Amino acid sequence: MNSRKIVIIGGGSAGIAAAIAAYNNGCDDILLLEKDAELGGILLQCIHNGFGLHRFGEELAGPAYAEKWKDMLKDLPVEVKTDTTVIHLDSDRNVTYVNPAEGYVTVKAGAVIMALGCRERSRGAIATPGYRPSGVWTAGTAQKYLNMQGYLVGKRVFILGSGDIGLIMARRMVLEGAKVLGVAEIMPYSNGLPRNMKQCLDDFDIPLYLSHTVTDIRGKDRLNGITISRVDESLNPIKGTEIDFDVDTLLLSVGLIPDTALLSEAGALLHPKTKGAKVDEHMMTSVPGIFACGNGLHVHDLVDFVSMEGEEAGAAAAKYVKGEFIPKKGYELMPGDGVSYVLPCVVSPDIMEDELEIKLRVKDNRRNVRLVLREGDKTIKEVRKLKTAPSEMEKVVVKKAELAAISGPMTLAVEDMG
Amino acid sequence: MTDTNKKVFTCIVCPRGCEVTANLDKEGNILSIEGNSCPRGETYVKNELLNPMRQLTSTVIIEGGIYDRLPVILSDVIPKGKMMDVMEALNGVKVKAPVKRGDVIVKNICGLNVDVVASRSM
Repeated sequence: MNSRKIVIIGGGSAGIAAAIAAYNNGCDDILLLEKDAELGGILLQCIHNGFGLHRFGEELAGPAYAEKWKDMLKDLPVEVKTDTTVIHLDSDRNVTYVNPAEGYVTVKAGAVIMALGCRERSRGAIATPGYRPSGVWTAGTAQKYLNMQGYLVGKRVFILGSGDIGLIMARRMVLEGAKVLGVAEIMPYSNGLPRNMKQCLDDFDIPLYLSHTVTDIRGKDRLNGITISRVDESLNPIKGTEIDFDVDTLLLSVGLIPDTALLSEAGALLHPKTKGAKVDEHMMTSVPGIFACGNGLHVHDLVDFVSMEGEEAGAAAAKYVKGEFIPKKGYELMPGDGVSYVLPCVVSPDIMEDELEIKLRVKDNRRNVRLVLREGDKTIKEVRKLKTAPSEMEKVVVKKAELAAISGPMTLAVEDMG
Repeated sequence: MTDTNKKVFTCIVCPRGCEVTANLDKEGNILSIEGNSCPRGETYVKNELLNPMRQLTSTVIIEGGIYDRLPVILSDVIPKGKMMDVMEALNGVKVKAPVKRGDVIVKNICGLNVDVVASRSM
């Protein structure tokens, strides 16, 4: 069987960055596997701009951001296989892939980096009632049809869910001549970035129905109408609040889930909240030598942070294959009050890098708060925030020295400023 | 009764989305701008009050490429009210591969002094 030092699964923003970082950290034997015809991942269909502000100091369209990374990778001795789908991964890091040129191949990897991105939650995942006509799409599928192939999937559109892809597609479809009648969001707040609320909905007078969800889907062959209803505090529809819309298309922008089929096969522990892997301070999963990063680990708001996480995982995997760190049982890091999840889940202060970036999402919109990292009653680190929102990932950076005296589990909580 | 009024904007210049407040006098003149994290936020709010500007991205038909559409972007922002004019003008624009990222696809579109450029190579 062939063996490779590092095999990276997924050639989107996380995988490309991981490959470059792994090489820059001394690994000279890297195989990058991508299921599509070219590298770039989901960015290739995200033709809107706003990518790269943190990384490149400029705002790029998605395909341009991808191209800049592909250019950085191009001259490095990293072997890239496109049109290649990984179908098995086991806990001994045997990676089995298929492609038209080689057929069925198994490679033994010294380390594996999972950079598979995420998938859209579909109609089945949210159990929407009604008929099953054509015309119900995930927003990302409609985006791919429109931006890469030139097909507009409908003329009169309603959007369920206020995630960024839904908002971006609302604007995009209006610009291409469709009528977007509204966006319904089951939560009392929007899930999208504030700028997208403004430039995608407000600019085009598209109404946003907060605390509403779709309660009926009509049409035998093609969708011809939907009904939305207001929901109560337990998110149950309230009778008598129905509003009907005559539409031929319903786009779903109801959340993204990390793609973890291979991780499960390899036996990696999954995080109940992120639905991605549980990782330690080196982005390593519970299976030694298997690392995870990007939207395949937890769903990000900004691609710049996906790339950075790819770099972290790439650097860590390179150190792992050189034997520069041996995984240890660390101390648990858990979400405290007001925090929905925190990554990493485990930290070993003695082998961590000089700095650790802890990523978290809060449970609700708040102002004037502090993010507090504690071991028991002892405060380790405190960061002040003017505002926090579930739609924005937060970070707390801790230095190795600050964690040197840790001897038990830690929690990270949101608290009001006293 | 006050002599001033406040207008609150969500800045769209970058994903940070700052909430920026403009304090205006009775005539609508800007007295002060606060809440922005960078100078671009101030410019954004000034433009938003006087002449809102937007970036626009779309696609054009490409022949001989890996896909059927080439993503394009404007070299600079345009007045918000001109977005549909540009979309109209892009309708039917056809290019042939190969195209390099940054290549000008339509020069000075709709006489707005901005170019339509390729977002990627193909």
